[in-house]
Amino acid sequence: MIAESTLKEKVTSLYQSNKDKIVSNDPPGMETIRQQSFEDFLKLDFPTPKLEKWKNTDIRKLLQRDYQILFGPENGDLDLDKIFHCEVPDFDTEIISLYNGWYIYRDKPLTTLPNGTIIGSFARALQEYPDLVMKHYNKYAKSDLNGLNALNTAYAQDGVFIYVPDGVEAYKTIQMVNILNKEDNLLVQNRNLVIMGKNAKLTLVHCDDSHNFKSSLTNTITEVFMDEGANMKHYKLQNLNNDTSLINTSFFHQEKDSNLSTFAISLNGGLIRNDIHVRLNGEGSHADVMGLYLMDKEQHVDNHVFIDHAVPNCTSNELFKGIIDDHATAVFNGHILVRKDAQKTNAYQTNRNIILNDKATVNTKPFLEIYADDVKCSHGATVGQIDNDALFYIKSRGISEYNAKLLLMYAFAAEVINQITIDPLKVRIDDLVKKRLRGELAVCDQCVLNCKNQEKTYEFKIDMSKL
Amino acid sequence: MLSIKNLHVAIDGKEIIRGLDLEVKAGEVHAIMGPNGTGKSTLASVIAGKEGYDVTDGEIIFNGKDLLELPTEERALEGIFLGFQYPVEIPGVSMTNFMRTALNEQRKYHGLDPIPAGEFLERMENARKLVEIHDKLTNRSVNEGFSGGEKKRNEIFQMAMLEPTLSILDETDSGLDIDALKVVAKGVNDLKSDKNATIVITHYQRLLDYIVPDFVHVLFEGKIVKSGDKELAMELEEKGYEWLKAETV
Repeated sequence: MIAESTLKEKVTSLYQSNKDKIVSNDPPGMETIRQQSFEDFLKLDFPTPKLEKWKNTDIRKLLQRDYQILFGPENGDLDLDKIFHCEVPDFDTEIISLYNGWYIYRDKPLTTLPNGTIIGSFARALQEYPDLVMKHYNKYAKSDLNGLNALNTAYAQDGVFIYVPDGVEAYKTIQMVNILNKEDNLLVQNRNLVIMGKNAKLTLVHCDDSHNFKSSLTNTITEVFMDEGANMKHYKLQNLNNDTSLINTSFFHQEKDSNLSTFAISLNGGLIRNDIHVRLNGEGSHADVMGLYLMDKEQHVDNHVFIDHAVPNCTSNELFKGIIDDHATAVFNGHILVRKDAQKTNAYQTNRNIILNDKATVNTKPFLEIYADDVKCSHGATVGQIDNDALFYIKSRGISEYNAKLLLMYAFAAEVINQITIDPLKVRIDDLVKKRLRGELAVCDQCVLNCKNQEKTYEFKIDMSKL
Repeated sequence: MLSIKNLHVAIDGKEIIRGLDLEVKAGEVHAIMGPNGTGKSTLASVIAGKEGYDVTDGEIIFNGKDLLELPTEERALEGIFLGFQYPVEIPGVSMTNFMRTALNEQRKYHGLDPIPAGEFLERMENARKLVEIHDKLTNRSVNEGFSGGEKKRNEIFQMAMLEPTLSILDETDSGLDIDALKVVAKGVNDLKSDKNATIVITHYQRLLDYIVPDFVHVLFEGKIVKSGDKELAMELEEKGYEWLKAETV
């Protein structure tokens, strides 16, 4: 028997004893949401494998650890300049960073760009733009979905806020970097809010990194509102140490003719759970939800995708691929809901996995729930091994077994990478994946788009640049 | 170049090749014929080093090296090339990259630097012309979506790129129409020199009208039961394998 969650007691008492600090920045209406969520948490508790959606991801072990929670920002001894100078060649980005869960206050916590785009600290946005924030805050998230979401909503103080006004294209790609670096184990609960006006355009690269080897737990929620015709490209890159756990929940709400493309690229991490919820709420909206996970050792990754086709004439396309080695485990759960009136829905879902040995495990569950009659939906899931016939064919041309396997693994992963439409980013992610497959990707001392160790400076036995 | 002595091969305990002897010298073309299920493809696979075969007796010596001791890739690096009966589709791996990787491994094995880009492209171009395949095909993934004929031509294309010393063409003629057959045969003939050798495995005499063998061997129940020159192939075509069966019993 695993003992009763000690973390539940801790977060309950800390919430009560720090409530003044937590609510000190709240605009009207927010404290009520917190209180309700706190009560939800007490009822729901942390999820256990008894719940269908948590059957294959057991977080009870994480709850036995002791974590510190920060109720205010502190800047550690990290050389912040290094972080801010982390650039991808030919790829102009605006970098915003969270340090141990708190926005790094550089020049100013909230920047308004000349085109009206606002980016910066969520906590500061609560002060400066309470009406704008509260119009959307917690409207798309389902804070009572599980105990973790409820706890985040009760606790959330800071995170990233992005607002792109009607008709505006955020002039640069925004790169959001979450850095964990603390002597103690940390429990971090960010809250990110992205609001996109009509026909607004945004590219967001969302990096999760750890810098030390502490066993931190991040429980983050990102809410995205996309008004009519909005277009968002979203790339989540996850490169965490083997003791760090990340529970990453995203809620996308899409209005008419909006277009979303979101990627979850999990390169490393002790336990990663991506909960991705997309509500297609306006006709003509489209969502591409893609994922790639490369897990080994004792790592665990879980992608839960829920796509809600609420209205007619929407399309969605899911592609998740994974390569699993050693004792690692991967979970995929894809749920497509087509509501009664959502006629002419097109929804496709694919999950493909390669396991490299018989100790690795994949649990995949595609699930279509369809109440409309004029729809096109398909799903497919496979778990296989490296194709031995292909391996022999490649080797028979004089290519070593190691390189033959690399070629095949990379070819498998490339199907997802090739969907990335921003070339410099694609090249960069491509590099990261190749490094990861060769076992050369370290948990970076900078952000995941680390430029210090570029592929170009390496000499490789095998040139995969033209694949 | 190649010397096979008293070769015995079994799959899952069932003996397929039962005491086979074969000598191939540089500059020669050998044809191995025989009915289905007599071990022709098994012989090709064992020489190339495919897994799943137990060599229970005998030896294969290639240019002084014990081939059975070497892994598949090293056999290829030593100069063995297998033209597959059923070439494998490999989605996501481009022909260009596949060939460059293979060539560079070969060069590394022989202590050479990677092939310069210009030289590589020229080689691609020449090989492409030889087998009349479109550059659209070489820009695609390996064999993916290729027709049967294109796949076979692609095998000869790879042979031209890698310049092996011993090529074993396993039923390269199967599934080819007469035009494709001529292209494939022309490719093989053009690549022929006094330094290399070819073993053509075929079921029908047809291919041998275009690739003229120096020797024809008939494989039956795991053994070479008759050897001769190209006249033997004609005789087989006329009388069928039944004639030999009657003779060997």
